[in-house]
Amino acid sequence: MVKEIERAGIPVVHCCSIIPISKTVGANRIVPTIAIPHPFGDPALRLEEEKTVRKELVKKALKALATPVNQQTIF
Amino acid sequence: MALPYRIIHCLNQFFGGIGGEDKASLKPCLLEGPRGPGNILQKFFPDIEVTATIAFGDNYVAENTDRAVREVLDMLRPFFESAKAEKPVMLLAGPAFNAGRYGLACGALCKAVAARYEIPAVASMFPQNPAVNEYRKDIYIAKAGEDVMAMEESVRKLGVLGLKLLEGEAIWPEKDEYIPRGFRQNYFHTQSGATRAIDMLLKKLKGESFTTEYPMPTFDRVKPAPAIKDMSTARLALVTSGGIVPKGNPDRISAANAQCFGTYSIEGISAFTPESYQTAHGGYDPTFANENPNRVLPLDAVCELAAEGFIGTLHEYYYATVGNATSVANARKFGESIAKILVADGVQAVILTST
Amino acid sequence: MALTIGSIWIEDIEFGHKSLLRDKILVVNKEDLRNFLLGKDNRIRALDIALAKPEESTRIICVKDVIAPWCKVKGDAPGEGVNHVVKNVAVVTCGKIVGYQEGIIDMSGPGAAYSPFSQTFNVVLDIEVVPGLEPHQHEEVVRLAGLAAANFLGEAIRTSEPDLLETFDSPDVLPVSPDLPKVAYVYMLLSQGLLHDTYVFGQDAKAGMPRIISPHVLMDVSITSGNCVSACDKNTTWHHQNNPLLREMYQRHGKELNFVGVVLTNEPVRLAAKQDSSAKTIELVKSMGAEGAVISKEGFGNPDADQMMLIRGLEEAGVKTTSITDEYAGVDGGSQSLADVTSEADAIISVGNANGLIILPPMDRLLGPIKDLSHLAGAYPQSVHDDRSLEIELQGIIGSTNELGSQRLSCREI
Repeated sequence: MVKEIERAGIPVVHCCSIIPISKTVGANRIVPTIAIPHPFGDPALRLEEEKTVRKELVKKALKALATPVNQQTIF
Repeated sequence: MALPYRIIHCLNQFFGGIGGEDKASLKPCLLEGPRGPGNILQKFFPDIEVTATIAFGDNYVAENTDRAVREVLDMLRPFFESAKAEKPVMLLAGPAFNAGRYGLACGALCKAVAARYEIPAVASMFPQNPAVNEYRKDIYIAKAGEDVMAMEESVRKLGVLGLKLLEGEAIWPEKDEYIPRGFRQNYFHTQSGATRAIDMLLKKLKGESFTTEYPMPTFDRVKPAPAIKDMSTARLALVTSGGIVPKGNPDRISAANAQCFGTYSIEGISAFTPESYQTAHGGYDPTFANENPNRVLPLDAVCELAAEGFIGTLHEYYYATVGNATSVANARKFGESIAKILVADGVQAVILTST
Repeated sequence: MALTIGSIWIEDIEFGHKSLLRDKILVVNKEDLRNFLLGKDNRIRALDIALAKPEESTRIICVKDVIAPWCKVKGDAPGEGVNHVVKNVAVVTCGKIVGYQEGIIDMSGPGAAYSPFSQTFNVVLDIEVVPGLEPHQHEEVVRLAGLAAANFLGEAIRTSEPDLLETFDSPDVLPVSPDLPKVAYVYMLLSQGLLHDTYVFGQDAKAGMPRIISPHVLMDVSITSGNCVSACDKNTTWHHQNNPLLREMYQRHGKELNFVGVVLTNEPVRLAAKQDSSAKTIELVKSMGAEGAVISKEGFGNPDADQMMLIRGLEEAGVKTTSITDEYAGVDGGSQSLADVTSEADAIISVGNANGLIILPPMDRLLGPIKDLSHLAGAYPQSVHDDRSLEIELQGIIGSTNELGSQRLSCREI
């Protein structure tokens, strides 16, 4: 899916936990996340902390979208 | 099927007996009965009758492929509108040996005729013919020699493969000498997987030759799209393969090998709640996602950041599927459909989350 | 401290007054078994016990786990003493769909060839739990009931004469043949959360991995399954009890290879943890002096990344590998089979395309939570035809593409 959307000219940031798969699949902007069952969360944290972590990850993803790349890049 | 099998044979201008390189721009024409290699085919295989030969200039087909394909399909239509017993049952093409343009023409015609008239189509090419990569997934390609010196042997392989297809016999690339088509098929081995694994390891350790049961593929790559100049004015869309769907999974997206994706409005919604959303994904422990679906698709964080001015506007829908044993072909299809909608809506950037 | 396994094969199974083995017939007192299980766990609300035999027109649905009945007749630590085990009897636990990935066993017809459990005499437990339990608690009830039933049936063979006695010992004490290559086994366990876990000595395999463990300890019932991955490539407790790689490594020791031991490792959910487990596993394999290693797997998708990391790391460290995996190549077999690949993976054993379709004809008898049958349609891409036959991908059949290599299924390009 990442590739087909990117092929249409829209930059995609792929946020996932298992980077090797994302690289194999061919995403160009990759943001590593926390864990498979909860990429944007951590049940071990308090709710507010978890939310802060989530927001930081999304900010990182936005930054990736605003960063020029010419090959697969992990942010 | 009544014997003999009536087939159509495709040849270039040279093997069709029309002329040499000077006739390479010739439009396709229909000739009655066999020509050149078609005669050899009939001699080797009494069960095959070449009803007609299509001869074409190989430059013409290679350069005007779409038009040539249309012309050939039109030319063949009367055969397929005839009484059932008269209908051709197969298309054979070549041998094209290592001739690139001839190979491309055979490939294009076989693919089109097989699709339109629903008959098997087999081409004959040298494995390094550039057309092989282009067409091996679409049609059967019997292995041919490099040049005309290998004519008889190449025609024989083409005929054997064609007859096996007509008679519904099981075929295998190594045994039946055709180019593997890239489709994986199950079969029962004589030995268990465990025995095979240890046998293969011992061979590898001794330096003996062995054949892996799954050769590593190569993935295609796409050029990175240009970066967004200013995210605070850009239009963003959210996509996930983590299976976040409205409660009850209204589109019944499968927990594994999803056949569809869902399109869900997030207009006026600032976060996913466990009361209204859930995961449909069967490949990871759903406990955490069901407790708080924002852990998979961070809608709450995105909305807050949008309110704080980090994001221009948010596309009013999000797209969700289940990336669990979902085939690459389906994922590609979903991606294409989603991309179309996003482009039409003027979306400039996408966050895609996976589990 | 060797372990002796006394294997017993039966010729039939039936319900009767007293649970015992008599003239090759295993008699099960249904009420005793029921009361035993209900007495052990007050979270079981309802329990149905049924028998399913090879070649019957019987379909078992929503299968969670399968366990071979066994008992320890001598010794008490794992890997010590004497165990008795009934080789062709299996406890099959069923329950309502929790993890989406419960499976099917057909005792006859075309589906039977794909599952080892069409060949066993099955004691099928259909378990309903009390309301209000969390999904993982539901699974725990079912898992513990299955193990308890396997122990209950094992008691019936405590004093029986085994048909075959085999002794397994630690590779440390086995003779080494200097001319034969040293081979290790890397045993990957799925360990990804409450519904996707494996237990080693009853402990969650998320922690304490990777580790070297003597294979003779694994021949005991040391690993139990607690996960809901796809039916086709989950390693049930029965598969861990009957791991074909361990058995073959022992059989070939001293003849074709020197079996130097096993590294148990996990398939964690975080990349850093995956990298960490992989690096440690490679160190452990090297520390055994292995020249080659077989890598088995459980599940698909992200575990492909673990397996590829291990292959790359081991090959770079000079340890030659072969790896067992199944494929998800789409129904037509035309798609990419694995989620991750690496060029070093030049020796792969494919145990089949799990997306391959099969039509399972209607069966006279259905066992398991039958009211959940329609929900199965949401769990696996499949459809119920007008004649009640079921079109299903192989991934719905328990053990069909087992990645310990217990089946003969394979896959090739056509």
